[in-house]
Amino acid sequence: MTMSEKILAKAAGRSEVKAGEIVWVKADIAMMHDLLGPWLIDGGFRRLGGQLFDKEKVVVVSDHCTPPATVQQADILKFTRDWAREQDLPYYYEFEGPCHQVIVEHGHVRPGRLILGTDSHTCMAGGLGAFATGIGSTEMIGVLLTGETWMKVPETIKVVWDGELPHGVYAKDIVLKTIKDIGHAGATYQTLEFSGSAIRGLSMDERLVLSNMAVEAGAKTGLIEPDEKVIEFLRSKGATDEIEDLFSDEDASYSRILHYNASELEPQIACPHEIDNVHPVSAVEGKSVDQVYLGSCTNGRLSDLRIAAEILKGKKIAKHIRCLVVPASQHIWMEANKEGILNILTEAGCIVNMPSCGACGGFTSGVIGAGEVVMSSSNRNFRGRMGSPDGEVYLGSPATVAATAIEGKIADPRKYLLQGVR
Amino acid sequence: MSLIIRGRVWKYGDNINTDIISPGQYMSQPVEKQAEHAMEAIDPEFAKKVQPGDILVAGHNFGSGSSRETAQMVLKYHQIGAVVATSFARIFYRNSINVGLPVVDMKDTSMIQEGDDVEIDFLEGKIINHTQGTEYQGTKLPEHLMEMVQLGGLEPYLAKKLGIS
Repeated sequence: MTMSEKILAKAAGRSEVKAGEIVWVKADIAMMHDLLGPWLIDGGFRRLGGQLFDKEKVVVVSDHCTPPATVQQADILKFTRDWAREQDLPYYYEFEGPCHQVIVEHGHVRPGRLILGTDSHTCMAGGLGAFATGIGSTEMIGVLLTGETWMKVPETIKVVWDGELPHGVYAKDIVLKTIKDIGHAGATYQTLEFSGSAIRGLSMDERLVLSNMAVEAGAKTGLIEPDEKVIEFLRSKGATDEIEDLFSDEDASYSRILHYNASELEPQIACPHEIDNVHPVSAVEGKSVDQVYLGSCTNGRLSDLRIAAEILKGKKIAKHIRCLVVPASQHIWMEANKEGILNILTEAGCIVNMPSCGACGGFTSGVIGAGEVVMSSSNRNFRGRMGSPDGEVYLGSPATVAATAIEGKIADPRKYLLQGVR
Repeated sequence: MSLIIRGRVWKYGDNINTDIISPGQYMSQPVEKQAEHAMEAIDPEFAKKVQPGDILVAGHNFGSGSSRETAQMVLKYHQIGAVVATSFARIFYRNSINVGLPVVDMKDTSMIQEGDDVEIDFLEGKIINHTQGTEYQGTKLPEHLMEMVQLGGLEPYLAKKLGIS
């Protein structure tokens, strides 16, 4: 069986399932955020009895409307907070950062768990070996009441990256190149399973970039086999229980296998307005930008901020632009502060905003106007994604974002990094 | 929900994503306000021109991106009768079934023209183009979703399952 089949078999209470089967599965975690959570589901939830299946398994994170930019957002935030209190939820977080990062940091994500969340990037939890996928708000009502939903067991596309990444090239470049080749809908209804020596060599921070963006190829989830790095990470978060040993069997069946040599990869850029419109940085170098955005659940983690600081230390960002830095959580904010990273970035002219979904989804704190161009480390470049439908969003790694901040034009980060620095 | 839908076609291309259908910047507003901005990135007149019962016909990967059900909410607010596309993004498809927005996929939608008078049998996946006098076969609704769709979506289905009248 593949990892997906193993996890869904367990969630379905079966010893074995096969890709293509429809099964009823039990959720280990049901996660909602403020914008697609309680304020949308409350009516239906109450009409159907209003009893949570297990409040220990329900996690609510307010991250899209934080801090509220409008009265409507403040109302949604208040509704969410009041709902969590009324339901006496043991796990409610707000103002801590995007939900996907928050549930990882608080230990809700474990290998082998089935995690359902009202956000398409819920698949990020697959970086730790959980089967995690986004669902809609109405489907969440059913999960909250019964703990269950139906799933078609997905086929798996195996994406193997062997070799060593060159300096200045990162997980973001791996995932953009992968999506370019698979296409924005090429993995629809399937799992993307990342493996190979280059993947095993990635830090936890970087692995989460791959699983986060699996949905951008249409995938149901993105998985990476949990290894000692995952176990070490979970131990550091206070996990004392047994951590499941989970891998795809050698004779597991895949719908497709792609092989790459990481040592040949260059920095990649997703150009407007499709995520698979990906080109090597050399093809778009010199494109003027108005804003750069370093943050999001995709690429706002500590190692991302470190790379940006490495590039921006002692330099100034281009005069005509603004550089918004949004750490992916309060925990990361504090760690970056301790390391002096936030000072380095601020001295370079960046503005450090609070952890939230913010401008990545066009909600708050840095949306763009008509005709404006953004270079962003986030996950989507759809028309209108970060504000005006007449704006343009380019996506790349935090290093590419930082190099672009210096030049005010899309730039190759490799010239700003010392050989061997990762 | 009516399972036989007949209406006038508005034609769109590939990759009509959820940020186009329901732009993020309006998601915290009441649905009637959100609906004013539906599809505006590619069709600023959408909210003004669509009439109850109209059918959207598009290319591949309709509804890609976010899990936001506000996409279905704004289409239902405009009383869109159905969406026909060559393929749907996974979460959008599930959400549509769950909230009772008929969605049908068929191999090729290129012959359907804007303004065509089209009738859809949602359960059977059959599409009749009255303007062109043609009939197309789309994908039949999966067996395990039949009951849910016949009952009108996930909420009535759950009500039955949980014994709530």
